[in-house]
Parts: sequence; structure tokens; C-alpha cells
Amino acid sequence: MTTQEILDSGNLELYVYGILNESDTKEISELVKTDKAIADEVVSIEKSILNLSSSFSPNISAEIFEKIKVKLELKHGKVIEMKPRSNASQYIGWAASIALLAGVAFQYNKLNESNSTINSIQIEKSNLQKSVVTLELEKKEAANALSVVRDTKNTVVNLAGQTVAPTASAKIYWNKETSTVYVDASGLPEPPEGKVYQIWSLKLSPTLTPTSIGLLDNFKGNHERMFAVSGTSGAEAFGITLEPAGGSKSPTMEQLYTLGKV
Amino acid sequence: MTQEQLIPLILKKDDRAFTIMYDMYSKSLFAVISNLVKEAEEAEDVLQEVFVKIWKNIESYNDSKGRLYTWMLNIARNTAIDKLRSKGYNNSQKNLSSDNFVHLLDDSNKLINRIDTIGIQEFVKKLKPKCIQLIELLFFKGYTQQEASDELEIPLGTVKTQNRNCINDLRTYLQV
Repeated sequence: MTTQEILDSGNLELYVYGILNESDTKEISELVKTDKAIADEVVSIEKSILNLSSSFSPNISAEIFEKIKVKLELKHGKVIEMKPRSNASQYIGWAASIALLAGVAFQYNKLNESNSTINSIQIEKSNLQKSVVTLELEKKEAANALSVVRDTKNTVVNLAGQTVAPTASAKIYWNKETSTVYVDASGLPEPPEGKVYQIWSLKLSPTLTPTSIGLLDNFKGNHERMFAVSGTSGAEAFGITLEPAGGSKSPTMEQLYTLGKV
Repeated sequence: MTQEQLIPLILKKDDRAFTIMYDMYSKSLFAVISNLVKEAEEAEDVLQEVFVKIWKNIESYNDSKGRLYTWMLNIARNTAIDKLRSKGYNNSQKNLSSDNFVHLLDDSNKLINRIDTIGIQEFVKKLKPKCIQLIELLFFKGYTQQEASDELEIPLGTVKTQNRNCINDLRTYLQV
């Protein structure tokens, strides 16, 4: 067949329609590659029938294209529309963050207040505890002093003020059975710095023999001024002198504050 | 764009190629589908199915099977006919409908009266009734020459020559 005969046969139209049998289709497909006139004719037939059929197409819903792309997982599919955020939601956002900030600041203030309250309460508490401890100690001292005073087994020796301290006085509570001696020094003035009271038991005969039975250390700290000193037996009198700190071997008679006979 | 330019892009699965292919062929294929499957939503389902098949089976296409457009046309017709069969329509391709494609124009609800297509629609209406019948059977419904010859009661050899004359008139009008 010549090219013209092929063009006029009407087979090329059927070829484009897709209704020729397989062998005829193959044959024309080969001719199209080699014969430009046939190739051009095929393209023209395609254009005309494509145009005709397209013009009879009902409307295709716009979303069909996107649906197919989604099914094929193609990129640049549906463009997701970004709705601009409304002003209202922006304001609500700002308002919420300001409210939150104010709330946090308020809570922070509250927390500080609470913390300082706790601090001052703790200071008060420790002060009170100190007072309680002090009072307990004082009470113990007082109870001690009282029990010494009340003990009927004690011999009470009143020591009278001497030349250096005429107004001074002291009491000795002496339990002869247990040989314990307590000194009530509440009638003595506070000793000057670097000085300390020393207690002496005295034997008057045959000669005056003083024996040191202790120092009144921590005079200021002893609120009841009730001191325990070393025991003695056979004392005939008691004396208190003011001595340099640490005490002396023998009494400084010029500094004899009080003296009393048993 | 020619099919020679388009095919390599489709093979690369370039998504721009899909858009071009859709723009070029979707209306034609949808006209063919709608002429078979009358219900609009079902026709759109078929169109989706057709493009998915085209995209996924493009490797099985080669030019010994004819034009790319022809390959697509066959997929469209076959998918539409499968749809009809699945819905229990008559198994025969024949008697699918007594209408022809020109009736697609009658449904004003679904036809887009695009300015650029009004001319060709009017032209087609003025074509000889025989031309409309031939194009309907051969192109839209994919009848063989023999089937068309039987249906229209014209000699077998006349089917393709008359069809060619109809297409030549169309080409003169379209200047292609």
C-alpha cells in the first residue's frame, strides 16, 4: 500500500480510536516511526477527536484532581489553606500570658511573705527555747538552793561583814554527817575582774589554822549565788576572802570579807 | 506538549507531568466515561480509577500499542464497562444506551457551556446523523468495524471510509 492509500483507508482513524486488532495496530505503529506523512496524519486525527470529545465533557468536580493526587501520593497535592489567626485570638493569647505573669508575680510575693514569716517564727521559737532552757536551769539552781536551805541536817553559819566590806554577809550550810558545805553568797558584792572569793574553814585553837575549801568560780553565772564547795569536818569558823584568780595558799587577811563562828 | 515530550516526564513520576497529562486528557476521557456511565458521581469515580491505573501502569505502555491517548482511551472504556457490569447492567457492550454522546449536551446541569466549546458542539450537531452514529459507536463505545456494521446495517468496508469522511469534515472545521 502506498502512503496515500494508507491515509485514505480510514485505518488511521480506527488506530487512534483504539479499535484495530493487535497486528494492524503494530503495523501502523511501525509505519508512524518511518513515515512522517502517516505520523502527522495520526497526530491530526488525534487532535480532532480529542478536541471533539473534550468539548462534550460534563463538568468535572474540582476536587477530583486533588483526590487522584492524594491516591497517587503525589507532592504538591492539596494546598492546605492557612487561615490567618484572628485578632481576637491574638488578644486572648496576650491577655492570658499577662494574666499568667501577674499570677506568677503574685504567688512569688506570697511565697516571699510566707518565707519571711516562717523565718521570724523560727527565730521567735529558738528564742523561746533559749528562755525555756535558761528558766529550766534557773529553776534547777533555785530548787537546789531551796533544798540546801530546807535541809534540817545542815548547820547554818552566818558570816558577818568585816572591815573591807561591812555590809557584806554570807551563809554556810554545813552538813556534818556528809561533810558537805554550801555557800550562800547572795550577800557578797560581785568580785572585781581578776579576783575570786575563796572559802576557808578555820580552826581557832590551839592556833588559827585556815584551810581552803574552794573558790566561788563563775560568780556572775550562778543566779542563786548558792555554791557547793569541798567538805570539811571539825571546822570552828568559816571565812571568805577576795583573792587573785586561781586562789591563794593562805588567806589575804586584808581582804577578809566575811567571817563567822560555828 | 506532544506525547513524546510527556511520556518521559510521566515515567519519572514527575508530579507536574501528572498535571499536564490531566489537563490534556481528562475532559476527553470523562466524556467517554460519562457517555457510558450516566450517573455523574459514578463517572467521576471511574475517572479517578482511570488516572490511577494510567499513572501506575505507565511502564506497561509502549508505542507498539499505539498512541498514548489511544492506550488511555482503552483503559477508560474498559474501566467504565467494568463499572457497569459490576452494577449488574447488561453484559453486552451493545445496548448499553440508546443515547449518543450528543445527548451529553442535553443535561444542562452537568455540562459546562464553555465559550470555546460551543462552536464545536453546534458544528457536531450539524454533522450528518450517520457521522454522529459512527463516532458514537467507534470512538465513544469502542465498537469494532464489524459490530458497527451490524448495528448500523451498512457494509463493513463503508464503516471506516465514512468515518474518515466525518473526521475530515471535523478537521476542516478545526483546521487540524
